[in-house]
Amino acid sequence: MAHLHIPTPISKKYFTPGVIILALIAVNGLIFLAGRFLFGIGSVTNLNDQYPWGIWIGLDVAAGVALAAGGFTTAALGHIMHRDKYETIIRPALLTAMLGYTFVAMGVFVDIGRWYYIWHPLVMWNGNSALFEVGICVMMYLTVLYIEFLPMVTERFMGKVNLPGFLSRFNKIVDSILHSLDRGLSKTMFIFIIAGVVLSCLHQSSLGTLMIIAGPKMHPLWQTPILPLLFLLSAFSVGFPMVIMESLTASRSFGLKPELDVLSSLSKFVAPLLGIYLIGKLGDMVIRETFVYLTEFNLVSILFGVEVIIGVIVPLRMFLAPAVRKSPTGLYIASMLVIFGVLMNRFNNFVTAYSPPYAVESYFPSIGEISVTLGFVALEILFYRLFVKIFPVISIPSDKAHIKTKYAIRGAVK
Amino acid sequence: MSQNRREFLKTIAAIGASTAAISSVTPKKTIAKTEPFLSEDRKGVLVDTTVCIGCRKCEWACKGAHGFEQGDFENYQNDEILNVQRRPSTNNLTVVNKYIDEGTRTVKMQCMHCEHPACVSACIVGAISKKENGSVVWDTDMCIGCRYCMVACPFQIPAFEYYKALDPKIVKCDFCIERTSEGKLPACVNICPVEALTYGTRNELIDEAKRRIKNHPDKYFDHVFGEYEVGGTSWLYLADKNLAGNVFPKLGNNTAPGVSESIQHGIFAYFVPPIAVYALLGGIMWLTKEKETKKENK
Ligand code: SF4
Ligand code: SF4
Ligand code: SF4
Repeated sequence: MAHLHIPTPISKKYFTPGVIILALIAVNGLIFLAGRFLFGIGSVTNLNDQYPWGIWIGLDVAAGVALAAGGFTTAALGHIMHRDKYETIIRPALLTAMLGYTFVAMGVFVDIGRWYYIWHPLVMWNGNSALFEVGICVMMYLTVLYIEFLPMVTERFMGKVNLPGFLSRFNKIVDSILHSLDRGLSKTMFIFIIAGVVLSCLHQSSLGTLMIIAGPKMHPLWQTPILPLLFLLSAFSVGFPMVIMESLTASRSFGLKPELDVLSSLSKFVAPLLGIYLIGKLGDMVIRETFVYLTEFNLVSILFGVEVIIGVIVPLRMFLAPAVRKSPTGLYIASMLVIFGVLMNRFNNFVTAYSPPYAVESYFPSIGEISVTLGFVALEILFYRLFVKIFPVISIPSDKAHIKTKYAIRGAVK
Repeated sequence: MSQNRREFLKTIAAIGASTAAISSVTPKKTIAKTEPFLSEDRKGVLVDTTVCIGCRKCEWACKGAHGFEQGDFENYQNDEILNVQRRPSTNNLTVVNKYIDEGTRTVKMQCMHCEHPACVSACIVGAISKKENGSVVWDTDMCIGCRYCMVACPFQIPAFEYYKALDPKIVKCDFCIERTSEGKLPACVNICPVEALTYGTRNELIDEAKRRIKNHPDKYFDHVFGEYEVGGTSWLYLADKNLAGNVFPKLGNNTAPGVSESIQHGIFAYFVPPIAVYALLGGIMWLTKEKETKKENK
């Protein structure tokens, strides 16, 4: 092995023109959010009694959860099936999942009318409600993600605790706390890793159950009792493309060489996963004979077509081609298409498909809603950049003799 | 190594056992909630749209009974408003709309107080409940404002105060639960000048509706809307025409939350599936590790 890849904080400078643009987008979103908190949800959104949910739920929450699937899929591959080869991508995927779910929680927080009661589901249970199950699982998984991230924090600061000023007298104590924390985490981490995967499977599918209760309000192209299964399968298939896309983007933006061999072999899993999802989706369509709705040429059938053809079939074909899997550009485009497909699917399920019986107008997101959604995405990227500068997340080649970190998250079963 | 492995298995087993313990307590509660207690003499209202004259007195009285700005009753006799298809909203729990096709009819609409309400099943915190007398009511101290109840309701009833920054409410007809608990009639039933609205036990109302159909087969379309729709509703409608697909959406007779709840309980059946997945993953983790170690030892 020529180089050992070791997770290291990135030393590139934080601010670039791109970062400044992102910051502006974020600030713009925050301004609209201020409006929401001062004057109510109606003042910045196009939501009304006909359309109670818009893109804050459809994209920020539902798509956000799906696109953070890289966290549990790589954890399953790397830690549970012990494919050590993939260990370099686990940390970035974990960071994305952690930030992703944090912003999912933020999305919920700003969308619910009584944000100060967000803790109510913890003590008031309704086991019949799919939303309750999503809420509880997301809360638990978010906690698990923070715990899974902790080793990177301890690793960063162990032996380097240097508090400013008079606080410096606590250096030793803090350091020993970190050490014992690290030891404790190493012993118990596997519990959290498995729990994370189980919780993910649960709420990824329950997100699909959410819209089932809307019954005939939802267009038959999407309304099906197997929605939970389709949501789970699509989450499985979008996990790795997300990781590939991020890894390629990060290498580019930090001027690193893309880890093409790892990404190429990771991409081999994508086609089978997408294939299973496609079979589920088309099979369901055939069994319920919903293809009749495709003969009508309207916005709904176009959006369905875009979702399935551009978002599933095209990338499926691409991921089957070895040439695509070996080229960074090919991988990037194919991954982006899968991501787009799942994004469209969540949007379609929560927005396109929803048509209330007494609708007098249709819903289109307002400038405010779009601003907040974009603002959250921008903030997420900004935090990602900050975190990889502070914590050892991204693996870069190192020729220094260094003890190889066996587990990207240390503490899996020894 | 083996030490670690044993510990690993022990922990997995411990987790399994504790989850099983939790599950033995939880489902009972959940099942109790699935079947809301439906009392034999739960109440309902029979709306006979062939009698209704569209005077909108019920709207006016409802506002008064719920503390909304009522205005002068004179302003309610206004045909223009009748012709606009309005919906119950945050300051109007019931509306009377006029429908013109093969004859004219005026129909009062409000929450149907379903027998198996989708809103109750959906609510994340259980803030909506079906009461013994049949009314479906909302609890302001629990609601988090997620609006899932609105997504779920097949009749598109709950309204939300989108322009309130603090304590926005879900607003819908509460079947005048305060008045009925004092033995009074619901405000709309009380004021209706032509007895288009009849308050009574749901079972008796169904008998009464069928009697009217039988006695005047020329006057009525032979169907009591609400007897079976979405598993039945407390408010029942008689008309000269089929209301489904016209005044009301076309809905099946299955309860609205049925499919969703059975999936939900399928995934969580006594926590068995999650525990099974946990055990399976734990097993895979342990086995692949085993292989790995052997490889390394060679
Ligand atoms: S009509 Fe809607 S709001 Fe009223 S009880 Fe039924 S589901 Fe709930
Ligand atoms: S808005 Fe309130 S009442 Fe409706 S589902 Fe959410 S918490 Fe329940
Ligand atoms: S008060 Fe009676 S007659 Fe008048 S609109 Fe209401 S239901 Fe019809």
